[in-house]
Amino acid sequence: MFSFLLILIPILSGLLLFFIKNEKSAKSLSLLASVLTLAISIISLSSKTNLNFSAEWIPSLGAKFSLSLDGLSKMLCLLNSISLPIIFLSIFKNDNKYSPNFFGLMLLMQAGIMGVFLASDALLFYFFWELALIPAYFLCSIWGGEKRIQVTFKFFIYTFVGSLLMLLGIIYLYLQTKGSHSFSIQDFYSLQLSSNKQNTIFCLMFFAFAIKMPIFPFHSWQPDTYEQAPTPVTMILSGVMVKMGVFAVIKWLIPVLPDATNHFSNIVILLSVIGMLYASLIAIKQDDVKRMIAYSSIAHIGLICAAIFSNTINGLQGALIQMFNHGIIVIGLWIVADVIEKQIGTRKFSELGGLAQKAPTLAILLVVLSFANIALPLTSAFVGEFLMFSGLFKYNIWFAAIAAISIILGAVYTLNMVQKIFYGNTVSATENAIDISWNIKLALIFLVIIVLVFGVYPMPLINLINS
Amino acid sequence: MNSIIVSALLGVVMMFSGIFTTNKTIIKNIALIGMLILLVSNIANTYGWCTVDVDVKGMLVFSKFGYLFNSIIFFTSLIYIFLSGNDFADVGNNVAEYFALIFFVLCGVAILSSYNTLLMLFLGVEIMTIPLYILAGTDKKNLKSNEAALKYFLMGAFSTGIMLMGIALIYGINGNFKIEFETTSTIQNFGILLPLGLLFIFVSMCFKVSAAPFHFWTPDVYDGSPSVFTSFMSTIVKAAGFIAFIKLFETHSIQLQTSWKLILPIIIIATLLVGNITAVFQQSVKRMLAYSSIAQAGFMLFALYSSNTLSREGILLYSAAYSFATIGIFAVLIKMKDYSFDGFNGLSKTQPVLAATATIFLFSLAGIPLTGGFFAKYFMLASALQEHKAFLMVIIAVLFAAISVYYYFRVIQAMYFKQGDAETTEITSGFKLGLIVLAALIILLGVMPSILLQWLYF
Repeated sequence: MFSFLLILIPILSGLLLFFIKNEKSAKSLSLLASVLTLAISIISLSSKTNLNFSAEWIPSLGAKFSLSLDGLSKMLCLLNSISLPIIFLSIFKNDNKYSPNFFGLMLLMQAGIMGVFLASDALLFYFFWELALIPAYFLCSIWGGEKRIQVTFKFFIYTFVGSLLMLLGIIYLYLQTKGSHSFSIQDFYSLQLSSNKQNTIFCLMFFAFAIKMPIFPFHSWQPDTYEQAPTPVTMILSGVMVKMGVFAVIKWLIPVLPDATNHFSNIVILLSVIGMLYASLIAIKQDDVKRMIAYSSIAHIGLICAAIFSNTINGLQGALIQMFNHGIIVIGLWIVADVIEKQIGTRKFSELGGLAQKAPTLAILLVVLSFANIALPLTSAFVGEFLMFSGLFKYNIWFAAIAAISIILGAVYTLNMVQKIFYGNTVSATENAIDISWNIKLALIFLVIIVLVFGVYPMPLINLINS
Repeated sequence: MNSIIVSALLGVVMMFSGIFTTNKTIIKNIALIGMLILLVSNIANTYGWCTVDVDVKGMLVFSKFGYLFNSIIFFTSLIYIFLSGNDFADVGNNVAEYFALIFFVLCGVAILSSYNTLLMLFLGVEIMTIPLYILAGTDKKNLKSNEAALKYFLMGAFSTGIMLMGIALIYGINGNFKIEFETTSTIQNFGILLPLGLLFIFVSMCFKVSAAPFHFWTPDVYDGSPSVFTSFMSTIVKAAGFIAFIKLFETHSIQLQTSWKLILPIIIIATLLVGNITAVFQQSVKRMLAYSSIAQAGFMLFALYSSNTLSREGILLYSAAYSFATIGIFAVLIKMKDYSFDGFNGLSKTQPVLAATATIFLFSLAGIPLTGGFFAKYFMLASALQEHKAFLMVIIAVLFAAISVYYYFRVIQAMYFKQGDAETTEITSGFKLGLIVLAALIILLGVMPSILLQWLYF
């Protein structure tokens, strides 16, 4: 029942918001709905019963509307439901920029992502996968930057091609199930396919997931989209939506196609490691805060993907933890980027400087988040990255060594950003800057607390994914 | 049997109604009521309540599949008249005749969904297409409309000739018009005659459903005809053509095994290629829809290729989802003053209901989940994978589906993301309501396709 509510609340409130004309009440309603979703996902963390939901959907096809909450999906639903209240809080004082429709689409997107994490029926999974994409398309195209239409379209076509190929893979697996076919994940798990078939399906499905994550060389939509999308949407895209790809690999790809996973793991890890280095190097050269965070995000996701395919317990555990932590950290970074752009009107490092004198609170909070982005000890990211590297190290020492270079590069670009924006002398643009308002402070402090708590005591997360 | 008789009678009724009144609203309402009667009589026939039985000596065979298809078609026509019936008056003064012709077309459709001999196939095709030649040319003062009618007539007559030739060859082998053959030994005796005869019929059916490379008439005819009638031609008539096509070649697919499986993939890929690629480059939405209807035909051909249970269910779903969406998008298009993509700029600001419903129609045409179009495409792909493991072909089809997103979404981009003030003719609240109901139906089909398909097995 909990799982059903997690989808139902955002859908209903999202649809309701299309009929509300008053902006104030739209903001309050959306904040309320997202907090309610958060409350339910927190309650479901400790609950042992009432987690699954199943109903008839299309009997003739053997498709069911079945949702299930296990440890992994609990954690990701928590991430999804934390992110929205924080995002709404951080834009609470933006006047007249976003209409009620914006909040409605955001909630619908949340519902779609939630469904992807919960679905235990492949057709339903595909439905939600697309349902998450369509609101994103409208959000980015309406409220995005200057080149929003072309860039968002590229993003949409890219992911749509991927998901159609995934659909073919799903249909193929469905036709292999015994008796009257079914889409249920249990039946997919019990399939015994020849390695040839597995390889074909692996290519089809991994294509979709690789685009979503994104893995080098399928990443070219990502920096443009993150840059052009309105920042609140970018937060969801990079904080939560990319996790859909990683999640799908863990739940729908590796257990269903074990032989193919072994067969392709070298190639996938190689691509991930190349992507990490490549993205880190490009991130160093960026002059735009948003583009820099976008590339750094590619590097981090690359490490997560490599760790998953390393086929070790440590690697997988680290990847799972890091999925959650990366979401929290990157949302924090985007909030900072949004604040800077809104206050000062530019995102370029070369036009910024000395902001720490004017906005000390913001500076402190950003420094913590930046340390987390480089995975320094005591921040939550350290635990995840440590586990991932130990997993990768067991798999192949060379891959681990090369991947570790990107950690150093990560420190270079992240600290470079902190230094250029916050330290040095103030420039004309930052002369009149003021410190952040209460709502952004609250949102950032909340994120920083999560980062520090899980950095010192990560056991709750580890227990959650082990269950 | 009911539907054939009732539709023919209604055609006559509509013709004479023009004598008694010239009020266009009254005529439209008579047509609406007539369509409702037709739908009800067909449903009654399905359940065997009050049926008219005529001994046709096995020339027509009525099945649940045919009944359900008829119901879908009549229901679509009902929506079509409700949404676009008022626009008939803009085409010309002879509104009653237009409605009469539409009912005659439906009579042909009812024959095509139940024929059991080649003779009835020929009659059905002719009854269906001859009124269309007239409808295509109803905008008499418009050169393009004249061109469309002439082109359609010449091409149609030509393809009918080819079909007759094929039927003659098969009659020569068989000694009768039956579509099944008694023994296989007779076939071998006649060598090439049977494949040749079937090939002729196949080619002429490809003409009718505008499959490449026999599609050349389609864009000009669809573009030149008055938009109200293009909407009818590209949905109901095309779907009926497919049903006839599938019915005919289902029975022969075994005899044609090898050669068959070579021709059809080529035709399918060519149709998808031509339809999708040319649609990308169009500047007018109407012409884009004409090419996209070729592309959709490519997907429907999958049902012919796989002919199994999935594909039979799928073609019904495809007919419904595709017809609903196309009729809806044409109904919106007719209200626009400018048919180019730029003419849609900013429609979401001036007419939010039209823009929102048009988006759902376009989603359905593009096959986005949550709309009927998704399951339509799903059934086609799944049936092909189940029957032949035609992996490569299905992958190509899917890539073309992604291309189709490009041109359908251009309209959405224009409506929602571009600045402008799209001009429309006057829009009544009844029209908006009709669009909303149609959009709701499409979403219903996209969430629960079983509500349509369960009717096949009660």
